Formats: sequence, C-alpha cells, structure tokens
Amino acid sequence: MSAVPGQTVGPFFHLGLEYDRMNELVPPGHPKAVRLHGHVYDGHGNPVPDAVLEIWQADSQGHIPRQAGSLRRDGWTFTGWGRAATDPDGHYQFATLEPGATEAGKAPFFAVTVFARGLLDRLFTRAYLPDDESALAADTLLGAVDPARRSTLIVTREPGGLVFDVHLQGDAETVFLAYPRLRDAWA
Amino acid sequence: MESSQADINREIEAAAQTPGGPQPKIDYAPYRSSILRHPKQPAQPIDPESVELWAPVFGHRDVADDEADLTIQHAGSPIGERIVVTGRVLDGDGRPVAGQLVEVWQANAAGRYRHQRDQHPAPHDPNFTGVGRMLTGPDGTYRFQTIKPGPYPWRNHINAWRPAHIHFSVFGTDFTQRLITQMYFPGDPLFALDPIYQSITDPKARELLIAQYDHDVTTPEWSTGYRWDIVLTGTHRTPLESDVEEEAA
Repeated sequence: MSAVPGQTVGPFFHLGLEYDRMNELVPPGHPKAVRLHGHVYDGHGNPVPDAVLEIWQADSQGHIPRQAGSLRRDGWTFTGWGRAATDPDGHYQFATLEPGATEAGKAPFFAVTVFARGLLDRLFTRAYLPDDESALAADTLLGAVDPARRSTLIVTREPGGLVFDVHLQGDAETVFLAYPRLRDAWA
Repeated sequence: MESSQADINREIEAAAQTPGGPQPKIDYAPYRSSILRHPKQPAQPIDPESVELWAPVFGHRDVADDEADLTIQHAGSPIGERIVVTGRVLDGDGRPVAGQLVEVWQANAAGRYRHQRDQHPAPHDPNFTGVGRMLTGPDGTYRFQTIKPGPYPWRNHINAWRPAHIHFSVFGTDFTQRLITQMYFPGDPLFALDPIYQSITDPKARELLIAQYDHDVTTPEWSTGYRWDIVLTGTHRTPLESDVEEEAA
C-alpha cells in the first residue's frame, strides 16, 4: 500500500499541537531532571522560530515506556515522549531524564523528530548522550556517517543540562536519517 | 522582487519534469520558505533500533471523547458547512493502527486560523477554535465532526491562496511512522496553483491527500461526510500479541 505523503506543519501548528507541559517529560524540579535544549537554525545560520521537536526515549534504566499520559501529565508517570516548539529565538527545551542503554553496551540516545514551517516533510535524527565512549565507537549509525559530521548527533554536556542544536542546512547541517521503509522520501 | 502566480506556475511545471518519489520534494523552491530549511546532504540510511521500533502510547486519559467534535467547544454553533471526516489509519501492510493519537487543526469557514500570526482580515468565529484530538478505534478508525475550512491567502507570492485543508498529526506503531500532513477536499480549483500540494510531484501520490465525498457518511438534515484513509509507512517490528492487548485496553 502506498504511504500518504507528508506536508509541512505550517505556520499555525501551535493551535493544534501545543498543550500544557508538553515539553516536561518529568517536572523540572524532579531530582533527576535534566534540561535538554538547543536552537534550530536555517541554512544562513538564522534561528528558526517556528519549528517543533519531538523526543522519544527510554527511561533512566533503559526501559522503553509503554505508559499513556503524555498529553495529560500526572507528574509521576514517565511516558518517554514530549514535544517542544521553538521560541522567537529559535530555542527549544525539554525537562526529561537521561535515557539509559536499552541493551548492554549500546549507546543511549533520544530519538528526535523535527517539523517546521518551510520544511515539507518531517526529519528524523538521534541525539546521543556523550559519555560512553566505547559504546559510541561501536555504534552502527555513528560508524556509518562521515566522521566530520558525527558530532551533529551527539549532545554536549553543560552544568545541569544537555545541548543539542539542529541545523536544517549549511556547513554544520545535522545528520538526518532514512529508515529502510521510507527511503523513497528522499528521491 | 515578489513572484507572481504565473512565475510560480512555471516553477511548478519545471519541477514536475524531474520525477519525484511519493513523498514531497523537500528541496522545492516554489515554496519559498523551504529554500533555507531543507537539508542538502542525503539522509543517512539506518535500520531502526531500540526506541525507534516502538511508538509512544496514548490512551483515554490523554484524550476526552468530546475533543473529536470541533463544533461543540463554545456556547454556540460555529458558522459554516458542518461535516464529518472519518477513515482508517493503517500501516504499510494494511494492518489497522489501533488506539493511537490523531490530532487535527484547521482554519474556520472564512479561512481564518485562531492564531496570532494569522492576520488575514477574515472574521474569527467566536464559536470555533479549530482543534481536535481523538484515538483510533480497534480497526484503526478515526472520526470527527467539524466545519469545512475555507481557503486562505498567504505570502509565498503575490495573490497566493492555499486550497482548503485540515492539518493531521498521526502516530503509528513504530517511531519511524510519525506523520504530519494535510487533508484536502475533492475538486479544489487551487490544487494546480499551490506549491505545497505540488511539492509532491507524483500525481498519484498527491491524490492520496484528497478526501472523498461519501454519502454514507453524510447524515440526513445534519452534515455532509468525507472519507480519508491514512496509510503510514511499513512497520519494522513484528507485531506481538501484547501489542494487540495493549491497544485494545
């Protein structure tokens, strides 16, 4: 069966996609809460003020959440999914937990989806935690990409936070992903 | 200098000469905002792993039943043509995607969004917000009641108008199936002129975004009906019995 094509999220997505605490996978005051944040940039290096990022991740123990409640957060259940829109400076942020490895020796990552006005179809990428060097060195994706671009997939640590910038285009363009059953999207 | 519709039409025609795939060309200059916002490097092929083989779970605690009726969110009835839109969310192998979230948003009957950035001088409707959410049923069916949105102007070029549409945000059973798209109405005279719609250069593929009028969905003396099925890309994971239980719960 033919998959329905994507279309841009457009300029008015806040109307349909925004809701209370959408970017708080845990309350910011949670003892293990970490701030995952960054900017989205266009091909001229200008911030993109109308982008949406979604993250989907394992919990701290590496378990993949199977719990509902991402739209009506109860403050206790970790659902593993969140959404953040960029602000007028092109900045987004999440309060979340650092994902654990889903298998021993695997490098933990946030799965990331990017939408924006001007972007005709969604983009997929990964944001890896920077710490486990041997796991990162053994990672299939990181091993397959041009070494010069590998750093676009790895978050940077700062006190109390993780920084992940997204460059839609340009010298620092983020590596985006094509999964086997949607490679046609890149014709 | 701002482009005219004739300029855009020429660019659309030129772009259609290079065959595209079933998805939009993300490098599509007739849609001016795309020029600096699409990656130029080819996407990195990768087999999905770990969380990518799963999708977030949504349930009845997330979505109230009445969120699927966009006509009852205010004291009065919204102005416009009342419609029901229904269809099924299916994966690429034709399996229903059950119990999953569908979000919709749209302009009102006059073509105005309830959004600060929409400065089109058409009236707001105090009885219409234009936002709905629902969960698919066990057979993948979604259904909502709304008002048919109007076409509206935008500033891509001089005298640019978007065909009437409803924005859809859909999840599958895998992270990799995530989709945001737009549903259009049959016979819209603006299709040929719209660079967002025409960015899908395969005519058969872009027609997948057009709902069909369905008289069986129409109800007497109340509303007309449209049917639109949403087929996602295939799953990578073999479905487990536990998925079925989870979705039915």
